[in-house]
Amino acid sequence: MPGGGTTRTAVKPRTVRNGYGLSPLVLAVAFVASLPLLVVILSFLGGAGDVWPHLARYVLPQALSNTLWLATGVAIGTTLIGVSLAWFVAACEFPGRRFFSWAMLLPMAMPGYVLGFAFAALFEYTGPLQGGWRLLFGSSEHFPDIGARGAAILTLTLTLYPYVYLIVREAFASQGIRGLEVARSAGFRPLQGFVRVTLPMARPWIVAGVSLAVMESLADFGTVKLFNYQTFTTAIYRAWYGLFSLQSALQLSLVLVVLVLVALILERRLRGRARYNDPGTARHSRRITLSAGRAWSVSLFCGAILFVAFGLPAGLIVKWSIENFALEFDSGYWRLITNSLMLAGFAAMFITGVAMLLGFTVRRSPGIANRSLARVATLGYAIPGAVLAVGFFVPVAWLSRGLNDVIVGNDGTVIALQSGLTVIFLAYLARFLAVAHGPVESALQRIRPSVEEAARGMGVSGLRLLGRVHLPILRPAILTATLLVFVDLMKELPITLMTRPFGWDTLAVRVFQLTTEGEWERAAMPAVAIVIAGLLPVILLTRRRY
Amino acid sequence: MLTLTDVSFRYGDDVILDAVSLTLERGQIGCILGPSGSGKTTLLRCIAGFEPVCGGEIQAGSNKLSSPQHQVPPEQRRIGMVFQDYALLPHLSTLKNVGFGLRGMSSAEKRSRALHFLQKVGLENLAERYPHELSGGQQQRVAIARAMAPEPDLLLMDEPYSNLDLALRQSLGQEMRALLKSLGATALIATHDHHDAFAMADVTGVLNHGRLLQWDTAYRLYHRPADRFVAEFVGKGVWLPGRIATGQSVEIETGIASGSMIADWPVGTPVDVLLRPDDVVHDDDSTLTAEVVNKQFKGSEFLYELRLPSGARLLSSVPSHHNHSVGESIGIRLETDHVVVFRRESGESRGKFP
Repeated sequence: MPGGGTTRTAVKPRTVRNGYGLSPLVLAVAFVASLPLLVVILSFLGGAGDVWPHLARYVLPQALSNTLWLATGVAIGTTLIGVSLAWFVAACEFPGRRFFSWAMLLPMAMPGYVLGFAFAALFEYTGPLQGGWRLLFGSSEHFPDIGARGAAILTLTLTLYPYVYLIVREAFASQGIRGLEVARSAGFRPLQGFVRVTLPMARPWIVAGVSLAVMESLADFGTVKLFNYQTFTTAIYRAWYGLFSLQSALQLSLVLVVLVLVALILERRLRGRARYNDPGTARHSRRITLSAGRAWSVSLFCGAILFVAFGLPAGLIVKWSIENFALEFDSGYWRLITNSLMLAGFAAMFITGVAMLLGFTVRRSPGIANRSLARVATLGYAIPGAVLAVGFFVPVAWLSRGLNDVIVGNDGTVIALQSGLTVIFLAYLARFLAVAHGPVESALQRIRPSVEEAARGMGVSGLRLLGRVHLPILRPAILTATLLVFVDLMKELPITLMTRPFGWDTLAVRVFQLTTEGEWERAAMPAVAIVIAGLLPVILLTRRRY
Repeated sequence: MLTLTDVSFRYGDDVILDAVSLTLERGQIGCILGPSGSGKTTLLRCIAGFEPVCGGEIQAGSNKLSSPQHQVPPEQRRIGMVFQDYALLPHLSTLKNVGFGLRGMSSAEKRSRALHFLQKVGLENLAERYPHELSGGQQQRVAIARAMAPEPDLLLMDEPYSNLDLALRQSLGQEMRALLKSLGATALIATHDHHDAFAMADVTGVLNHGRLLQWDTAYRLYHRPADRFVAEFVGKGVWLPGRIATGQSVEIETGIASGSMIADWPVGTPVDVLLRPDDVVHDDDSTLTAEVVNKQFKGSEFLYELRLPSGARLLSSVPSHHNHSVGESIGIRLETDHVVVFRRESGESRGKFP
């Protein structure tokens, strides 16, 4: 067949050339993303130095125990709330189920440090709750106090449970109540069936959701700082700004990175050997009918969580912003908004652009090297922002004027000033590339090679192919990616705080500064803007009709 | 063993089951045969206890399982169920799936019991595999072993072959019957294919639009259908118009068809006569001829579609060494041991059905 032969030879060189597949661009992005890790590790290989004994004695024990407490508490809390909500919404019928199905995602829009300061304002000595308590009982003596640890765990649980809820709800919905029926026909009561079949079958999704929440809690800086709860991120921040010791910051970062790795390995182990296929969707995807009393209890449960995690704090910050509007709204506030929008906007476009370049390059030469490096490039999402800030600052500063000068540098802000926007953009890129890469990559995979070949066959190639075929198909994914990164950047705290150039205060930084001074009501207005931005991805998730 | 009395089920305003009654003796294999949407699955789910009945009663022995007033929960019914998609638990090994419903015994006992049932279905060497590592047929046998291990009083199977490929399912009917008999199961199986039902069942019921039209042996469903739908659903054939000639014969276009017949209508009553492909025999000596308009090669025989001089069609099953071409006229004669007739009412369908 002469026709077949020519087709072969036309295609062959292409696949052969790309078989090995190592593109400089992919290599560069992977290098940038793994640079902070390399820096952190190399700094330790160069010798522990004289700060290490001090850290090991006075800082590490507390940071370690507090961080572990926080991670464990958040893991338990998000499992309990996320899994129970997911089961109720996916498998039971109760009043308001449709509403709660999307509304339970709303707490996602509320960064931990915003929810935290609303709670702090409610519970502090001069706050309304203690005031009421004094009116009733005469003194504040027996007012319940959950302490900094309890407050941090509760706050992070309430903002992070939606990750678990979202992922596990999907699992329960596709699994249906079939597993429960199998258990019942094998002689188990409904609750036994839930524990013995439904939960084990959903385990990989539960593990995935909870590990996301745990990663976020390990990376959290704003919430724990707010409650003065000393973890690794706050310790790194203190080493940076309080002690001006880059070396301490690097060494603390290394320990935190090890913790993150342990969490990642634990996740792999917990998924186990068995492959979890969906056991078939029940033909009648019916829901469990609860008795009226139970159904209303479930509604009450959902309503209570929604109220505490979103309704109440959102109401409070809106109320305070309105009260303080005349006082706070000035040119300074505008400056904060334009700073935030510009920083988050440009960085989001930059990151999405890199994600697209990465996606296209790997698609064109999908060799093993490129695919592995693309994985490395998106690994930064697991690394806490505080570590990235330190990990990028050191090499950039070293490149610009030599490390020695930096260490003798006096004030943290002044150090950051010299590096301009380079460090902040690189750290943003490393941390949020995965967020943009996800939607772009899955959209690219949906463009089958035959589409490109068909276009080529009609004489469309090169840039025209990109403009007429790829971009129109990818447009929704590009918008989604940009939006998700934008919102993450709007509320991002540690990287912005530690590496922003002088004068680049953002809304999140402003909230942080005001809440450190206990100025809850003044912090409300910038917080409202962040929460409004945070609502966008929630709407996006809801419209995708899960 | 199992008795259903006028069982009804409604979903909203839709009547899914309409006064279904049947009895299954201990050790019998019953089949519920019906097209999709006829209510087979719902009937099984009512018996298993997953759906509440709206009327009638379900009894096992002397125990009342379901009535509109009272429902025994599924876990207390001692009824095993093999789901259509088998619903093996993906996080458990084959052995643990089989042992899943065993309780009140030591784990060693559980293990040996599960292994015993795996042996019975011939899969003891796959005990440590996970469900996704098994073929469709193996998964099905694991599902049967799992349902049978707690020794239920009754086994329900929903469309056991719908997830298997065609080659496999044709050989499986007899095998399944042998397996169920060796396990001593009392079983009720839902299927849409009469070949499956004929291969497996002691007794079969035809369900259509929620009504159980006939609950009988396969032989009688085929030769003594109580209803036109039953006649058409359990085999091929054609309807020809005719008139009652005597108590044992009926006059049709091709002559007189005689044989045992259930009809006590007066002579001359207009009827529709069912002629199955095996009722029409090829005979070169016959004076009655028909033109071949279509033929299908079936291996050991041909299925000829014939046209009578009047234009009416017949189906005839002929041994395959009689190879005639389309357009040829061949001699035929009727060989009807059983004559199936239904009184003709105006507007009723007649003609060929597959």
